[in-house]
Amino acid sequence: MHIPDGFLDTKMIAASLAASAPLVGVAVARTKKVFDDRQIPKMSVMAAFIFAAQMVNFPIAGGTSGHLLGAALAAILLGPWSAVLIMTTVLIIQCLVFLDGGLTALGGNILLMGIVAPWVGWWVYRLLAGKSTDRTRVLGATFLASWCSTIAASVVGTLLIVFSGYVTINIALPAMLGWHVLIGIGEGLITSVVVAYLTQVKSELVFQNQKA
Amino acid sequence: MKKGVFLALLVSLAIAAFLSPFASTSPDGLERVAEDKGFIHLSEGKQVVKSPMPDYVMPGVKNETTAGSLAGVAGTLITFAVMYGVGKIYIRKSRRVGGRQ
Repeated sequence: MHIPDGFLDTKMIAASLAASAPLVGVAVARTKKVFDDRQIPKMSVMAAFIFAAQMVNFPIAGGTSGHLLGAALAAILLGPWSAVLIMTTVLIIQCLVFLDGGLTALGGNILLMGIVAPWVGWWVYRLLAGKSTDRTRVLGATFLASWCSTIAASVVGTLLIVFSGYVTINIALPAMLGWHVLIGIGEGLITSVVVAYLTQVKSELVFQNQKA
Repeated sequence: MKKGVFLALLVSLAIAAFLSPFASTSPDGLERVAEDKGFIHLSEGKQVVKSPMPDYVMPGVKNETTAGSLAGVAGTLITFAVMYGVGKIYIRKSRRVGGRQ
């Protein structure tokens, strides 16, 4: 879902930077509380996993592919502010080292995949899972939270391009939603499998945020 | 936990090395919409930076699959190292400033 250079006009480049930069700043400040020697390796390996998993595009219908965002996964396991930092780090590396996502679109990509996706994933997860440690409920919540995070990111991405004036909303939005409804299922499945595995081997990692 | 982190890093590296060659090369959702709705040309030739490993291909490696896997492994390690470095620098700073711990 990485927006390339050219899809955003100057106004939307500025707007997306103005929206995402302060929120990343808040994430940096907020994670100060949790940034201890135990959290750093977890965040680092989560970032590494998301980078690797994002390389593996899975085919969906009709000659289109999708890949994991991992934003909901990071938010569920490490909390939403840590997830914002993790996603931002991954997106900056993808942009600068691998030309995945344009430099002018970096603010936009951070906004949709680094901020909107983890927060929507987190909200939906907390809404549905509550403080439950029931495995079925947690996994159901994980699936839906991940699906919603993909949908939300695709809607915000669409709006950025629409407001840039390059395509109208009634053409772009149904098309984007059509594909991302399916890509979100992949996101939900992969995230649920990872969380399901972790409930078996390291259940406190999954349930630690339930207490908050 | 250290063992868990190490294992998870190994899994991530394995995904980058051995699963990424099987990645679908079809356009992703956004690219597909851009193609279908006629605005994909906006991105052509617009890249504003040069990157060391464009499109996840390790330069100087002839075999395409190997070049992709190597770029994936490199990227996974870079991502781990950058996040770790940012965290460590930040902790040291916040301890000095805030006096926590």
